[in-house]
Amino acid sequence: MSYLSLTDADRDAMLAAIGVSSVDELFRDIPAGVRYARELDVPPALTESELQRHMEELAGKNVVDEICFLGAGIYDHYVPAVVDAVLQRGELLTAYTPYQPEMSQGVLQAIFEYQTAICELTGMDVSNASGYDGTTVAADACFVAKHATGRSKIVVTEATNPQVRQVVKTYAPGFGLEVVEVSHEGGVTDPDRVREAAQDAAAVIFQHPNFFGVLENAPELAAAANEAEAMPIAHVDLVSLGVLEAPGVYGCAMAIGEGQSAGNAMSYGGPHYGFLAARSDYIRRLPGRIVGETVDAAGERGYVLTLQTREQHIRREKATSNITTNQTLLALAGLVHLSLLGPQGLRELGETCMALAEHAKRRLQEAGLELLFPEQTTFKEFAVRTGRNAREALQRARAKGVYAGYPLGRDYPGLDDALLVAVTEQRTLTEIERLAEALS
Amino acid sequence: MKLIYEKSQPGRRGLGVPRPEGLEPPEVPAHLARKTPPRLPELAEPEVLRHFTKLSTRNFGIDTGFYPLGSCTMKYNPRINERVVGLPGFARLHPLVEDDAAQGALELEWHLQEILREVTGLDAVSLQPAAGSQGELTGLMLFHAYFADKGEDEQRTKIVIPDTAHGTNPASVTMAGYELTPVKTDARGNIDVEDLRGKVDEHTAGLMLTNPSTLGLFDENIEAIRDIFHGAGALMYYDGANLNAVCGISRPGDMGFDVVHINLHKTFSQPHGGGGPGGGPIAVRASLAPFLPVPVVARDGATFRLDYDLPKSIGKVRAFSGPFGVFVRSYAFMRSYGPALREMSEVAVLNANYLLARLKDAYDLPFDRLCMHEFVLSARTLKREHGVSALDVAKRLMDYGFHPPTIYFPLIVPEALMIEPTESEARETLDEFIEAMLAIAREAAEDPEVVHSAPHARPVRRLDEVRAAKQPVVRFGFGDHPAEQGAGDRQLEAQKGA
Amino acid sequence: MAASESYPDDLLYHPEHDWARIDGDEAVLGVTWYAQDALGELVHYEPPSVGASVSKDNSYGEVESVKAVSDLISPLSGEVLEVNEKVVDAPETVNEDPYGDGWLIRIRMTNPNERERLLSIGEYRKLLDEG
Repeated sequence: MSYLSLTDADRDAMLAAIGVSSVDELFRDIPAGVRYARELDVPPALTESELQRHMEELAGKNVVDEICFLGAGIYDHYVPAVVDAVLQRGELLTAYTPYQPEMSQGVLQAIFEYQTAICELTGMDVSNASGYDGTTVAADACFVAKHATGRSKIVVTEATNPQVRQVVKTYAPGFGLEVVEVSHEGGVTDPDRVREAAQDAAAVIFQHPNFFGVLENAPELAAAANEAEAMPIAHVDLVSLGVLEAPGVYGCAMAIGEGQSAGNAMSYGGPHYGFLAARSDYIRRLPGRIVGETVDAAGERGYVLTLQTREQHIRREKATSNITTNQTLLALAGLVHLSLLGPQGLRELGETCMALAEHAKRRLQEAGLELLFPEQTTFKEFAVRTGRNAREALQRARAKGVYAGYPLGRDYPGLDDALLVAVTEQRTLTEIERLAEALS
Repeated sequence: MKLIYEKSQPGRRGLGVPRPEGLEPPEVPAHLARKTPPRLPELAEPEVLRHFTKLSTRNFGIDTGFYPLGSCTMKYNPRINERVVGLPGFARLHPLVEDDAAQGALELEWHLQEILREVTGLDAVSLQPAAGSQGELTGLMLFHAYFADKGEDEQRTKIVIPDTAHGTNPASVTMAGYELTPVKTDARGNIDVEDLRGKVDEHTAGLMLTNPSTLGLFDENIEAIRDIFHGAGALMYYDGANLNAVCGISRPGDMGFDVVHINLHKTFSQPHGGGGPGGGPIAVRASLAPFLPVPVVARDGATFRLDYDLPKSIGKVRAFSGPFGVFVRSYAFMRSYGPALREMSEVAVLNANYLLARLKDAYDLPFDRLCMHEFVLSARTLKREHGVSALDVAKRLMDYGFHPPTIYFPLIVPEALMIEPTESEARETLDEFIEAMLAIAREAAEDPEVVHSAPHARPVRRLDEVRAAKQPVVRFGFGDHPAEQGAGDRQLEAQKGA
Repeated sequence: MAASESYPDDLLYHPEHDWARIDGDEAVLGVTWYAQDALGELVHYEPPSVGASVSKDNSYGEVESVKAVSDLISPLSGEVLEVNEKVVDAPETVNEDPYGDGWLIRIRMTNPNERERLLSIGEYRKLLDEG
């Protein structure tokens, strides 16, 4: 087995040094009743070339050549080659969590730079080093809100990603939280409804752009929460933050979201990274790792994990979270992507997505389809009525090589004819023509 | 070294974006539009690549050298795994495609589940949890659901955890809304069964245990422990952090555990990435399968699908079916070994015992037993006689070219050094590490100052963590707030460049 | 610079390494030299609010070093009259002067008889020697 160096000579010498006569003797403390006496019933070992062939066969059974207009939380954005090159540096890829800072200045500085980028984009004062994904950071934010306010109710908009809502509801009982949803009307959320629901709430979570791709009246939603002394928590898209205002500027307490759009391949759902940022008041309640700046014994600037007393390895049952392994490498990919784009590139990326999505809307309307929410301004996604069952429409489109979108009826009653169509900068005008043709 | 923001120059750019001809973006309503651009770095592509390459040279991975962190299982991360995870058929697959478009992915998940079932000796698997501690939380949610289904959830409020447990265990207990009952460890390093007996009753939901424990010792009384918990109608949760010791040798299901999480980034070589990603799939006994998070992977003959029809499911703990790229790597690793996963564990345990045999005289040994895949030494005597602590030993090991072991854990051992070599290391590497540890023990007696002031050979000297905690500077200041300026901003003014 | 080891004999002690200086119906509370030595340099003090109640043997706040958190266990029950803001601003004051400038809270005792159950200097030193 080529991952093991051990030779017979090595083994004999080592057993002699230990003072036992066989490897089997090393396991003598294991009671006979729990010893596994058979060979493991697992598929046979493959050499590297056989493994490559096997994996290519499996990958070949997936269909990835249909033009991708599917979004609903994960997007087909371009991942630059430099991201791959950085992630393949073994010193980063194969490093552990940077608990020994003198061995880990590379990762620590990169996380500090990532934290800075997230704060800049979201208008917040502190960011953690990443959470698992865009759904679990919502649960994390609920935990922060509960302890910061002492209240036990969470308000979340129905126009927030269904999986985000589902994860929040899964975590809520253990946190002792009640979750209340505010329905959308015409694809947006009414701030007055939020104002009402937010009485005695710890937090109000709203997605912006929302799951339908629609721009909410975000400042009003934040104001409604603040009036009730509930924490406004915006679930946002990093790629939108070159053209949309930062949540910190319009009064939010926290900003969270799924980072995949910046720097990560879709990869059937992961691994990706959740981001979580907050006003400075909440720094000691924040879950996850935080990197801070300091100096070394020679006065040189350096970076360390800081405020570790929040975390499980110190505070144990009173920790702000149980999170240990996070998504550092994927967050690093996001940082690299954002660093390549810069502010102007990020703005252009947002504008291109909007322009192409708007063009797609026009072309689909010209092909005879209706928009689900024609009055609303959207970002890179919009909902369209297909004039039939949306799954059927999707299958017909797929037969023409176009993965036209996400059937909204999966999550929203009464929307069985609607498809959620995402248009990223990777889509071309020709591909949009094919979409219109495939759905008409 | 400069931050990327300190290298930024207005007008530079590292990536172009397609601008479709003739299309104007619609206007964003004024009350929603960004007024001030975010201060992201402005560099051209070569400078970006150089910056991150330079950062990587200031870091140390398992690729660089020996990394014996106890309970972390820092083993070799095979490169074929990196190659295959990038195959377009995997990388370009959207998680919400209809099942017919994802047959390769679903088949891979199915096979991964089957291997995990065999290794754990349990019946059903969810691949969804993103990390070990999320697996723990999910497992405890399953406990709640299982007992609620029997009408016992209100009564069973306690989880028993040994004093050697990872901090994630008590943290998960709190997040799941349970109370913690601690149990002591005896002089052999096993759970103190007499202490345990008095603490398990009809108010107990279950046990959370790693076996072998964080002391690297297999609990000799595991069968008695199983009888106590199952006898009281309680469940047992296995923290899979130390599974590398027992693959194919002893199965958690056979030990009596009902729910197990596996750390794919430990036993099954998903690279740690500087802190993550990981994977924490759980395996459960059939009686708990109805409560698993949705979706689960189901098989109908030659086709595979995602099954959302679990009416008693606890819900969802993460998006989609889980971190798929992690599955690709772990599955590839498992396929490289086949049944020889057993040999992987045997070599891991052999390597650890070899180090233990050669180091136990120079350091204090809290538990005099053969170890499993890791072991704990103490620097207690060095501290008492020469003022050299476990921290000092760790920092000095850096000068010898090694990543230090885990220190100050488990909590029951003062000045603890927890060492896990893994099966990946050649004997010569182990011998070099032994020599370094022996040298440091001598230095402690003969020249303690060189140990206290270590490291000397890293990109930075010992860092001031007290300062970082007292005056947290958690983002680059851009010169916004002079009073809050970090050391770096001030240094930048004086610095010529890095 | 941490203070050198000392345990004043005009104080009463609690087994969790806290001290009380009684003055009429008020008491000033803090942590002993042993506590600050075990924690290392303090970086944070989370005090109770003025007016809050504290109760004997229960936690009234926390102190943190870089690597550890410790509950502050109250030797006596009472109402918080004053919090030492100097320690809030500069937690390392506790390391430098645990019995003087490093005091943590001043309370009005609600049950002065509790002082009978605290340890004298001799009893506390004995506990330290055994531990």
